[in-house]
Amino acid sequence: MSRRAEDGGGRAQDDGAAASSARSRDVQTVQAVQLQDAQETRGVRDSKAVRDSRIERFTRAERYVHRVTATLMLTLIVTGAVLYLPSLSVRIGHRPTIALIHLYSGWGLPIPMAAGLFSRAYRADVRRLGRHSETDRTWLKKRAWRSERAHELALPVGKFNAGQKLNAAFQCGAILVMAGTGTLMWFPHLVGVSMRTGATFVHDWLALAIGFVLIGHIWFAVNDRQARVGMRTGWVTRRWAEQEHRGWAAELAADAGDEAVDRAARDEAGAREVGGAVH
Amino acid sequence: MVEADDAALSSAKADGTGGRRGGVPDRPEWEGRPVGRRVVFGVVGLGTLGVVGGAAVQRFLAGVAQHDPTGLTNLLPLGDEWRFYTVTGGVPKADPNTYRLSVTGLVDRPQRYSLADLAGLPQTDLVRDFQCVTGWRVPKVPWSGVRLRDMLALAGVQSSAKALRFVSFDGTYTESLTLDQAQNPDMLVATRMLNGPVTHDHGGPVRLYAAPMYGYKSIKWLSEIQVVDRVQPGYWENFGYDVDAWVGKSNGRSGDVPTS
Repeated sequence: MSRRAEDGGGRAQDDGAAASSARSRDVQTVQAVQLQDAQETRGVRDSKAVRDSRIERFTRAERYVHRVTATLMLTLIVTGAVLYLPSLSVRIGHRPTIALIHLYSGWGLPIPMAAGLFSRAYRADVRRLGRHSETDRTWLKKRAWRSERAHELALPVGKFNAGQKLNAAFQCGAILVMAGTGTLMWFPHLVGVSMRTGATFVHDWLALAIGFVLIGHIWFAVNDRQARVGMRTGWVTRRWAEQEHRGWAAELAADAGDEAVDRAARDEAGAREVGGAVH
Repeated sequence: MVEADDAALSSAKADGTGGRRGGVPDRPEWEGRPVGRRVVFGVVGLGTLGVVGGAAVQRFLAGVAQHDPTGLTNLLPLGDEWRFYTVTGGVPKADPNTYRLSVTGLVDRPQRYSLADLAGLPQTDLVRDFQCVTGWRVPKVPWSGVRLRDMLALAGVQSSAKALRFVSFDGTYTESLTLDQAQNPDMLVATRMLNGPVTHDHGGPVRLYAAPMYGYKSIKWLSEIQVVDRVQPGYWENFGYDVDAWVGKSNGRSGDVPTS
């Protein structure tokens, strides 16, 4: 494109009659400016395209684990509320049926998480969620869950921030405890009265805690559309990743860079081989 | 655990979802402290502690709640409160004017009582705990009504009779007692509880209060007492609860203090 523009300019000069030379110089200038603009515009558009380009955050397995867990959890909250809150119990009734739904949803709750372990990507995320880096410690210490703080600090947050990591670990442990105490509550002959009362005590209080943590989880999701899109479709914009999970975005970019270097190395090696054959 | 983690790491590397080739240490997110595992174990550990020691904490908190002038503790799951168990979807409310309680079956004089009729019979007042088989217990509940054994005497139980079958007007809930159990002076056909008429949610206008037994025996929305020749297990007994439901001596709950 730039060469064609120069050619055009050159032709105009070659054709240059005295009367038209000044005008042709103007044309040349205008063309040059237009060219520069076009290049700049294209440059901006390119980097914008890069940043709007999508990167994969969650594989299908991870999204289904989340979806099934969320569905079971909501079922448990609704049925649990009907079982526990007198006003709802009286209005809805059907206690044995509701209890049965609650029971099987509860026993089902750890299953999607366990099934997820068959997926490599899921296992990789489990490992990421379990480990806290220096960044995570700073994130917690400086209260970076407030978005203005996060932007100020611009920490190289990984694929998950410390809050997400703690949420995942807490819910994982809580689900196990709820399943255990729920089982003790369901079978009256399993343990003595004192332990049964204890199990009920833990089940009630932990349900309350889970509720609060879940409200926080949903609150953060409601305030971050890209995060929701990521969990729904599996893909997020690079721009969002660079903003919210800078470390992760850099990691992906480095991986892509590695691949490019590898490809270049392979190409070079190939070329040398071809060259050798010619000699 | 460590092996599993390593496997996850290497497999994740293999499919390119993480892990930079060869260079493990430059991945802080993968190599940080295992806080997640500690949180999971911590929650499970606290949960176990709670199961073992929760009963004592519960008693303590219930004590605090009883002396709480702010009422804030009402918002907390402290137990020692009524939980309303309804086995059908919505129970029709009984009109106190048309409500009738029948005593039928193997009796010489079948009876049909209005609320006024019941109020005209000798009344008994009891203050007893209400103990649910699922663990919650409401202390010192005032109950009033007619002794079951008095009603049976009025109807004249025949010699072939062995047991009672109670029917609820919710259409589903039934209960049973042997005739011997029914002779216990703490078995009440209750028309009042908590210093007022038995409310609909508590099983009003008339419910059974089987004081020495777990709550499920105290059938709600009572409409009929059938005198029968054998024990027919009630609604909850079909779900595995004991037919002879003495508090502290059934349902594997030997630690419950008897309620009467």
